[in-house]
Amino acid sequence: MELTPEDWSAVRLTLELSTLVTVLLLIIGTPIAWWLARTRSRLRGVIGAVVSLPIVLPPTVLGFYLLVLMGPQGAVGRFTEALGLGRLPFTFTGLVVASIIYSLPFVVQPIQNAFMAMGDRPLEVAATLRASPLVTFFTVTLPLARPGFITAAILGFAHTVGEFGVVLMIGGNIPDKTRVISMQIYNHVEAMEYGQAHGLAAGLLAFSFIVLLGLYAVGGRNGLGGGR
Amino acid sequence: MSEAGIQLQCRLPLADFTLEADLNLPGRGVTALFGASGSGKTSLLRCVAGLARPAGRVKINGECWQDDAQRVFLPTHKRALGYVFQEASLFAHLSVRANLEFGRKRIPAAERKVGWEAAVELLGIGHLLDRGTAALSGGERQRVAIARALLTSPQLLLMDEPLAALDSRRKQEILPYLERLHDELATPILYVSHSPDEVARLADHMVLLEQGRVVASGPTVELLARLDLPLALDEDAAVLVDTQVVGHDEDYQLTRLGFPGGVIKVTRKALDVGKRARLKIQARDVSIALTGENPSSIVNRLPARIVGFGDAAHPAQCLVRLDAGGTPLLARITRLSKDQLGLREGLPVVAQIKSVALLA
Repeated sequence: MELTPEDWSAVRLTLELSTLVTVLLLIIGTPIAWWLARTRSRLRGVIGAVVSLPIVLPPTVLGFYLLVLMGPQGAVGRFTEALGLGRLPFTFTGLVVASIIYSLPFVVQPIQNAFMAMGDRPLEVAATLRASPLVTFFTVTLPLARPGFITAAILGFAHTVGEFGVVLMIGGNIPDKTRVISMQIYNHVEAMEYGQAHGLAAGLLAFSFIVLLGLYAVGGRNGLGGGR
Repeated sequence: MSEAGIQLQCRLPLADFTLEADLNLPGRGVTALFGASGSGKTSLLRCVAGLARPAGRVKINGECWQDDAQRVFLPTHKRALGYVFQEASLFAHLSVRANLEFGRKRIPAAERKVGWEAAVELLGIGHLLDRGTAALSGGERQRVAIARALLTSPQLLLMDEPLAALDSRRKQEILPYLERLHDELATPILYVSHSPDEVARLADHMVLLEQGRVVASGPTVELLARLDLPLALDEDAAVLVDTQVVGHDEDYQLTRLGFPGGVIKVTRKALDVGKRARLKIQARDVSIALTGENPSSIVNRLPARIVGFGDAAHPAQCLVRLDAGGTPLLARITRLSKDQLGLREGLPVVAQIKSVALLA
């Protein structure tokens, strides 16, 4: 069950997609998590629910609405066309956008939990030691919330690697552009190439197990050394 | 209006009451914010620090930190203050040294009045510098937190019950360091406490808070001796007497401490003649006799005059305020004794002091 060049292409594309999405998610998710952890606004519940929606929503439902939104009749589609970016569905960029939305809660929640567990005190202490809010964020908040960020990055990456329904709806099955590992497995099974499917599926299985192992290691350290 | 001193005008609605304070406090020495739990002491301190946002005005020795009339409100990190929280709150991701450096490195070198060596020596933490914070004892953490605040060379040091989270042994370990702060630093300190003992040992001035309101503000010695304040109702009601060592009695191993009201003898202390010593005399340790002629084992018997009477915690007892050569004393006696002896205002009596505590 040697991997074919097409399989390798799917692996490379998946890693590219997941890495890019994880980096973008950490950048986008951090301010959202910060807001959700500290705000007293009444909108907190609504925004929190919207961010968490992808956890419970069937990926096909999410993919369907994204397809509609990004399509020629959708608001986002018209906007991207007006900007000269063209339409997002069936492109790598579209896949990135969809994956960000799909994996957002898996990144926001661990970071939000870390911010909440930290409380206000370290920030107040930093302020009394003349650190501006921005300096405090980088010298106190980020280091103290590091386990939350590690968990968020691992979950965001793994979740993006494993997505299928959303990709199917919005990205299709275009070699080198949107054909990720889970697509490729599906193709092999469709073609009755069970051996080839095994090669990729076993790889994903091992990957998922290692990810969870890593998560528990981070969680364990966190639990033991988290006290102040 | 004088520029020196600490001017606070704060109004801040809290859950159960509104904190309202209008205070002019001395710009040096230790001022205790004293009151029961939930009386608004910590909230007042947070207002001064800018951690809470009251309506009003905060001016520290001429420097304006908040003035609503001029729309001035400096955020906490722009106020030259040091803050010691109830729990040490050291940064868990930094070593002791890095914790100390955290604030210090943000102070321009020219404005560093408190030297590294001085702060480390003052708090006795030299041997802890390269450790992590997790391995420190509660007392050590709090000493590091105090040094960390000092190293920002603050114009005002705010301390929120820095001893409250510690057991009594740790308290005894830290109190001498706090006394050294008081003696060796020019920095004014606002010190939140609900412990009469800490206030008696450390504070020059005190502010009494109740339900968010200032009940009294004045020199500690005066406030402690007042009959109309809730302090008098405390089981440990006491007065402070500032004395000076006048001599030693080597035969009987006693030290003589003089004050305008007379001389108090205590067990021999290793203090030089002329050294100042603050005594705490609890109301329950003072009894009253009409004359000094009756033989008694009590060594310290001072002529005094009755100034007034007040209630004590138990209805069987009352507090008697005495004047011993200008120094106020409190005696807690039964109302029965008061009537049997025929005590009344202005009567000359003898105050018999069973024991005193030497504070510093």
